[in-house]
Amino acid sequence: MTRLRPWLPLIGIGVFAVLLLVVAPSVLSMHWINNLGKYCCYAIVAVGIGLAWGRGGMLVLGQGVFFGLGAYAMAMHLTLASAGPDSIPVFMILYDPLAPIPLFWEPFRSEVFTLIAIVALPVIVASILGFALFRRKVKGAYFAILTQALAVALATLVSSTIRETGGDTGLSDFKHFFGFVLKDNANKVMLYLIAAAILIVCMLVVWQLNRSRFGELLLATRDAEDRVRFLGYDPANIKLVAFVISAVMASIGGAMFVPIVGIITPQEIGAAASILMIAGVALGGRASLFGPVLGALAIGWGQSSISSSWPSGWTYILGLVFIVVILFLPKGLSSVFSRVKGLVPRMTDVKGTAA
Amino acid sequence: MDALLPPLLNGTAQGALLLLAALGLSLTFGQMGVINMAHGEFLMAGAFVAYLTQTVISSSDISIPVAIPLAFLGAGLLGLLLEIGIIQWMYRRPLDTLLVTVGVSIILQQAALQIFPAQGVPVQAPGWLAGQLNVFGYAWPLRQVFTILLAAVCVAALAAWLKYTSFGRRIRATVQNRDLAETVGISTRSVDRITFFVGSGLAGVAGVAASLIGGTNSQMGTQYIIPAFLVVVAGGIGQIKGAVIAAWVVGVAMAFFADLTTGSMAQVLAFALVVVFLQLRPQGLFTVRTRGLA
Repeated sequence: MTRLRPWLPLIGIGVFAVLLLVVAPSVLSMHWINNLGKYCCYAIVAVGIGLAWGRGGMLVLGQGVFFGLGAYAMAMHLTLASAGPDSIPVFMILYDPLAPIPLFWEPFRSEVFTLIAIVALPVIVASILGFALFRRKVKGAYFAILTQALAVALATLVSSTIRETGGDTGLSDFKHFFGFVLKDNANKVMLYLIAAAILIVCMLVVWQLNRSRFGELLLATRDAEDRVRFLGYDPANIKLVAFVISAVMASIGGAMFVPIVGIITPQEIGAAASILMIAGVALGGRASLFGPVLGALAIGWGQSSISSSWPSGWTYILGLVFIVVILFLPKGLSSVFSRVKGLVPRMTDVKGTAA
Repeated sequence: MDALLPPLLNGTAQGALLLLAALGLSLTFGQMGVINMAHGEFLMAGAFVAYLTQTVISSSDISIPVAIPLAFLGAGLLGLLLEIGIIQWMYRRPLDTLLVTVGVSIILQQAALQIFPAQGVPVQAPGWLAGQLNVFGYAWPLRQVFTILLAAVCVAALAAWLKYTSFGRRIRATVQNRDLAETVGISTRSVDRITFFVGSGLAGVAGVAASLIGGTNSQMGTQYIIPAFLVVVAGGIGQIKGAVIAAWVVGVAMAFFADLTTGSMAQVLAFALVVVFLQLRPQGLFTVRTRGLA
């Protein structure tokens, strides 16, 4: 038992992978496959938030920023690919038929550039912001508020630039995904499988990071930043790395969200959307590996199943989830599980010593 | 000078509105370490009180002056309810107060959306605010002047309350050393409650001012909460003096940026300005030793 314990999360991820990649596609209808794909995108973001917030103590209230960077990079590429070479996207023509395509769109014609940008953009933005804030020891509530302010600013900026980004209506009507026709059901399943696989990979990455020296340092920084500094490490760098990794995961989640859902708007990246991303993590349990993922899946499912029949009810439930979970279960639902689990090894230990 | 004057005056009025929104936050955040994300919705409640007062007293000349104390009471009671119902259990967990109040803010927004029309409600400005003030040839709307005066009165009242009254002394004592304050017989429970009541009430007053300048709808809280927090962060927590200067600088900067680019770009630039400023002074403009905050 004791020799097995460190590998339990890995076995858990394995079981989860089988459920997502093998069982779900054979059981669920096309509609639910697509929905589950969308929840997986949020879960990818949640894994990153779990690392930054749960493990690193940085409450990122504006993860929509990075989600948006990846999503809009992907959406610009898909829009251009659907419009065809050397053409101008339809919404731009409607807005101003004579003006050329904005300069920053041009590189997104390239598939390779787009894929690189999905990773590079969040790295650049998170590095600049993280460097500026962590170096000056901005943390806690200040950090949370500043990241949220950035999400608000970005969403407003996108809303107001109609010709450049589609404004409030966002970008939609994508026809192809790297050469695959998006309408095709087989390709939809493929997109779902890619998202699910990325989710599994992200969980593996975080599991491995948490086991590593870096994971120990991150935890130490969260709990006693000054002591880490006295030991000769720079907490700013440790936090920066975790923040950047979580930003990249959010960006990848956003990039997969676009072909699966078929539309991206400023509402998906602003303050309210960012808070929704946090809600799942808080619900599931910020500090555990599975908590954020299961919480994000639950929030995604709750949103689409409740809000379609009872929109205002969903909002009230979401608000209550925040209040009840934070008030009574600050470590999320996973703490209930580990509390129960905590009883089990104690009994096996007793047996072990007896034998 | 001709080009500088309008954004300067507009920005000063914007800054005054931000200051009104930030003042209560500065009190609850700075003095008590509670991060109230529902503060924007308390502001919204104040704006709706202005609207409701108007439905009862049809003359806006009278209804607005009546609405100000009513909005203070209404928002203050909401705050008191929040403190008694939720916040009092979480004084040792400042970051979690942020998340809990996010939940409260979501619920209040949805409730407002269901009680009032989705497109918002109009609040008539009183007749005596219809005119303009001539400042070096620039016609300055009296509503903006009124906002500035209202902010000035609130700042002066709050500062005097904290400095000269015995209750103000009790608040400061509780902030500096809660255990010692309790030992000398101060009821820190009631200090917390009244501070939270006043802080939330100020949001209500801000809401009346906001209802005269912008729209009154269920989304208006979100519009003010982030700039207000930026003002508190830049000003230094719990510092009225810092909040005044920071609000003015942010307001004027946003008016100038909006003149040079667009309103939305101005928001991005104002955010960048605060981040750059934090590089120079990470603790804000002014600092004071308080209970450890997150």
